[in-house]
Amino acid sequence: MEQCIEHALQNREKRLKKLQEMDEKTMEDLLQELRIEHQHLIADEAAGADGAEQRYYQDLLEQNENQSLLIQKKIDRMYQQQTKLVTPKAPLTKNVIRAFFVGGMICLLGQIIINFVMVRYGLDFKAASPLASISIVVITAILTGFGIYDEIGRFGGAGSMVPISGFANSVVSAALEFKREGMIYGIGAKIFTIAGPVILYGTVASVIIGFIYYLMG
Amino acid sequence: MGKRTIVYERPIAIRSWATVAGRKEGRGKLAQYYDFILEHNQFGEKSWERAEQKMQQYALELALEKANLTASQLDYFLGGDLLNQIIATSYTARAANIPYFGLYGACSSLAEGFILGSCLLDGGFGRRTAVCTSSHHDAAERQLRYPTEMGVQRTLTAQWTVTGSGAYILEQGQGAWQVTKAVPGKIVDRGISNSSDMGSAMAAAAVDTIASFLQDTGGLNDLDYIVTGDLGKIGYEICKKQLQERGYDVAGRYFDCGMQIYHEEDQDVHAGGSGCGCSAVVLGTKYLPLLKKQGRGKLLLVGTGALLSPLTVQQGETIPGIAHGILVEYKGEGVS
Repeated sequence: MEQCIEHALQNREKRLKKLQEMDEKTMEDLLQELRIEHQHLIADEAAGADGAEQRYYQDLLEQNENQSLLIQKKIDRMYQQQTKLVTPKAPLTKNVIRAFFVGGMICLLGQIIINFVMVRYGLDFKAASPLASISIVVITAILTGFGIYDEIGRFGGAGSMVPISGFANSVVSAALEFKREGMIYGIGAKIFTIAGPVILYGTVASVIIGFIYYLMG
Repeated sequence: MGKRTIVYERPIAIRSWATVAGRKEGRGKLAQYYDFILEHNQFGEKSWERAEQKMQQYALELALEKANLTASQLDYFLGGDLLNQIIATSYTARAANIPYFGLYGACSSLAEGFILGSCLLDGGFGRRTAVCTSSHHDAAERQLRYPTEMGVQRTLTAQWTVTGSGAYILEQGQGAWQVTKAVPGKIVDRGISNSSDMGSAMAAAAVDTIASFLQDTGGLNDLDYIVTGDLGKIGYEICKKQLQERGYDVAGRYFDCGMQIYHEEDQDVHAGGSGCGCSAVVLGTKYLPLLKKQGRGKLLLVGTGALLSPLTVQQGETIPGIAHGILVEYKGEGVS
């Protein structure tokens, strides 16, 4: 039996050299063959007595699995190529213009707030800048609550996600979504599901940069 | 029959059905055909999950009402949904108080329920069974993707989970609509790992199932409609193309439920609808009445499911797809 399988494996290896030219039906048939062989090999391995014999079967099994994988990958690739043909492309230019516009408007709003508080209340830039960030976060939170910000997001894409308002939106939307699971397991545990990575890696990055600053004196 | 096709020996009829749809679906193409449309997707409940459960129960009760039956006259309840541990269906079964099998076939659950339900009746293990599935956009979205209020742009391949539920009562005996054949699906995985491109992950399974059915039953001539569950626009194109490559020219009789629910342009759903509720509401509102209108006809419903787990997708694993097929024949009102 096993000689037979060994032989079959070698034969197939030769045929697989022409894998590029095979059609799907042939490959499916080969796979079916390999599946049956695999099953026999497992049974033989289980019945095999000593270590050397088992190693021999394991070796054959490995060959068998490699061949299956090779064919499967080829079938997958063919399918994925076909998929690509019918998948519509995202309208890049339109999306970029929209993102630029929305992102720009949010930044403009920030600048207006900064200028306003500097002129009107005589704050210096260092105090005015966080004030602008805070205002935008609050405005976004309210807009998210009323279901307006997700419409802006749908329109603006990255333009509304990258500024601080995108961060606020991700926190507030998570809080809204999980409030039904309670204050602790819901809001408490899940509020940063989306924003978590930003907080974590933002903190790590600031530590590293702080360290570099320190070294540079 | 053939390699994979089941032929039911006893007559199994679809006695009645009911569909409940969400607000967005209620403004779509099939708006006037739903039995009930939710005013708000929360359905007066405090969570999306409870809303889904209530929707499903509503559908089941409406279907029973139409058939002039009570829940206690049912022998089995088969169903599924998209929530973790198919909890909405289990609560519906709790309320219905009849023997229950929970199914998870993702969006193919309805077809899976039809196959197994018909098997139970064909085997003589009961007289009537209910098959009921549901999905809820917001509940599914928060479980599988992002919070609902999060402002993200959806990709063009993404589908919109249908808020809706359909309940069907199967009965042993003659009736206008009969379930006569079925073809259980195999898992087909073509290495797609993008969870917002489920259409192409499932299309390969649909092709496999449809081709097996046609091979077993002797070709297309006999079939009036082939309807896939929720492949969406992209999956539909792939499926059609692949079937053509295999020599089955399905143009003109092949449709997809996911493309029937929404107005494509104004409702911003990209590739179409998806979810357990998708085939459940479209079958009852569009295709069964269509068969009746024509007076006769055969319809192959192929429920397609992407059996993905958000966990393994994050781990970079691929999405296994499945497709279950059932053949529904319209025999005319006379026989009953």
